[in-house]
Amino acid sequence: MKIKTLTSVFALMIAAGAAQAETGLIVGIQLEPPHLDPTSAAAGAIDQVLYSNVFEGLTRFGSDGSVNPGLASSWDISEDGLSYTFYLREGVIFHDGTEMNAEDVVFSLDRARAEDSANAQKALFAGIETVEAVDPLTVRVTLSNANGGFLFNLAWGDAVIVAPESIEDIKTDPVGTGAFKFSNWVQGDQIELVRNEDYWGTPANLETATFKFISDPTAAFAAMMAEDVDVFYSYPAPENLPQFEADPRFEVLVGSSEGETILSTNNLMEPFTDVRVRKAVAHAIDRQAIIDGAMFGLGTPIGTHFAPHNPDYVDLTANSEYDPELAKSLLAEAGYADGFTTTLKLPPPSYARRGGEIIASQLRAVGIQTEISNLEWAQWLEQVFRGKDFGLTIVSHTEPFDIGIYARPDYYFQYDNPVFQTLIEDLTAETDPKKRSELIAMAQTIISNDYVNGYLFQLAVPTVVKAGVEGIWPDAPTQAIDLTAVSWSQ
Amino acid sequence: MTRYILTRLSSLLISLVIASIVIFGLIEIIPGDPAAFMLGINAQEDTIDALRAELGLDASPIARYFAWVSGMVTGDFGTSYTYRTPVTEMIAERLWISLPLALIALALSTLIAFPVGILAASKRGSITDTVIMGFTQLGVAIPNFWFAMLMVLVFAINLRWFSAGGFPGWDDGLFAGLKALTLPAISLALPQASILARVMRSALIDTLDEDFMRTARAKGLTQRQAIRRHALRNAMIPVLTIIGLQFSFLLAGAIIIENVFFLPGLGRLIFQAISQRDLIVVESVVMLLVFAVIVVNFAVDIAYALVDPRLRRKA
Repeated sequence: MKIKTLTSVFALMIAAGAAQAETGLIVGIQLEPPHLDPTSAAAGAIDQVLYSNVFEGLTRFGSDGSVNPGLASSWDISEDGLSYTFYLREGVIFHDGTEMNAEDVVFSLDRARAEDSANAQKALFAGIETVEAVDPLTVRVTLSNANGGFLFNLAWGDAVIVAPESIEDIKTDPVGTGAFKFSNWVQGDQIELVRNEDYWGTPANLETATFKFISDPTAAFAAMMAEDVDVFYSYPAPENLPQFEADPRFEVLVGSSEGETILSTNNLMEPFTDVRVRKAVAHAIDRQAIIDGAMFGLGTPIGTHFAPHNPDYVDLTANSEYDPELAKSLLAEAGYADGFTTTLKLPPPSYARRGGEIIASQLRAVGIQTEISNLEWAQWLEQVFRGKDFGLTIVSHTEPFDIGIYARPDYYFQYDNPVFQTLIEDLTAETDPKKRSELIAMAQTIISNDYVNGYLFQLAVPTVVKAGVEGIWPDAPTQAIDLTAVSWSQ
Repeated sequence: MTRYILTRLSSLLISLVIASIVIFGLIEIIPGDPAAFMLGINAQEDTIDALRAELGLDASPIARYFAWVSGMVTGDFGTSYTYRTPVTEMIAERLWISLPLALIALALSTLIAFPVGILAASKRGSITDTVIMGFTQLGVAIPNFWFAMLMVLVFAINLRWFSAGGFPGWDDGLFAGLKALTLPAISLALPQASILARVMRSALIDTLDEDFMRTARAKGLTQRQAIRRHALRNAMIPVLTIIGLQFSFLLAGAIIIENVFFLPGLGRLIFQAISQRDLIVVESVVMLLVFAVIVVNFAVDIAYALVDPRLRRKA
């Protein structure tokens, strides 16, 4: 009798699991958002949960990284490129029932660029002179200098349109205009979104979307295998991807991301002040060995700081081909025939920790000794990023189109090249797409020829998906998990 | 007895004050600025300064220490830097998982350890004793997180009886909550039960050799009666000490188990808070754990006095 009861209890449990309605989706992600305001923190997890799903901007990123109309259905740009007139969509309603109009846009942009703004990407709004509401559905933005990347900037999660009435509680109760409404947050465990029935555009197929936070790679494997989650975005244990690929219950999507993974070099620290030394480092590195050894084969080699999937990408990997003999002779030429010793400071991600060990041994082969120290992110930010106390470090720069950081001499790798700085100024001011492409190519070539950093690979984003889930973005043009078009196949 | 309790209480208070100073001091030393961490690598310096001011990080350490301590006395642990919600609420929410988990694990380990330990002691030297000791040796040696993964593999991935982790919340019913805590509680309890069973056995064996046990048997008590009435009570002091230590360990030491089962408990909260430099949360949770340990030790001290009348008189 006892056994019978137990069996039926378990049968019930299993039934409850199987009855998981196919109108909801459970997405596993590694990190939990610290709060729910995409406009006041850098944490990628905030955008992963909210971008496009809950919050929308005037423009938005498509799955291929293109910039598409968002809350603005169209826009006019003045001849001089200084004035943008945005025409807002009609009938857009915030999740609290209030109408979204030009005043909300003015409020959102003014808030982001205000003096006391806590926006982590405040530089995106730096060129804005005024934002004014022409009429309830028209907004005019005036820039102090022409900015060819302005529409792109407005597509970032940090530039979404927020409702003034809800701003007080945005960190715990976000009110946006998207196809999903925020429903519930069990801190430490999950965030639940529900479909917005009053959405202005094509409504979402899913009734609910739940984001579950599972940071431990083993736990992520177990949760996926036990089918507790339907999708695991940026799956943290590439070593067991083949197992998922072989299992008909799952599908593995390997997409590209905006993460240029580089061996960042302190350009103001001896001996890296000498371009021959930096060139030697670049030739001492065998990228494919790092991709295979640290990333289980996932990742595309890069020769400059630019995403290979971008149409403007120039393949410059030949500039720094693996050639330890050349590296040694370059070192000798620079006066370091016996090599030298430097620091290699590694943040927590596996690309850095695993990659660091491999790079250290490759550098040792040409005579460069590294003292490895493993840092936590907060330590890394303090010592390396702000303190600039490092020789080498490995980090993935995940912001889209961020080559402009090379024009900031105070940026942590401290590259100071006036030619490059002027080039980026010209690029920012240029609005003609063809000329922009040319300038972008020149920028890539300059930093590649200067061997500013060791360019390793573009970080791949593996996503494990349960068979039957359709519409998940394979690539990650921004740190978003756009679920608006995701559905279960019949 | 009153004086005994009073001396214990005053040492409890002193420990708490010292602990608060040490915790605050240590966390001040850790490098890493919470504001810079939150704003990431593209943030401008003035934005970081604005956030530091907003979080109250620009005040002097001494002022912040006193603000923290005086808040705690009134039950206000401050506001989390990253989550921006009151720390008291966060802790309360997480305690609803960590406390039941620790209690279930403790109950399980005691329920297993007592009979097993007593059995092994009373059959000392027999094959039963050897087998039991062999198993407990294994239980002590196996790391609990590894055992947890094994359980997930068997019961969640293969048999599908349980979820691999997560916690649905008590709102989903007592059964759903208990079900989610079953595997974690067993993983936590097993090594503890092994230790406790071994302590129980050796403490009991020590008392079995005492003169009063021979007297008890001479009075005509059976072995079983003698153990129950005389030996057990004397063997309880070391066992209680271990239980006290284990409870604190279960409450604080569930960090790894909570990560394996992705349970939103105190352990995971503190783990996240450390990496995010949410210093106020780290300080408050550690302080709370210290408080729990000290209070449990206090309760154990009182329990000693209850089982051993000599301690009461001495004090």
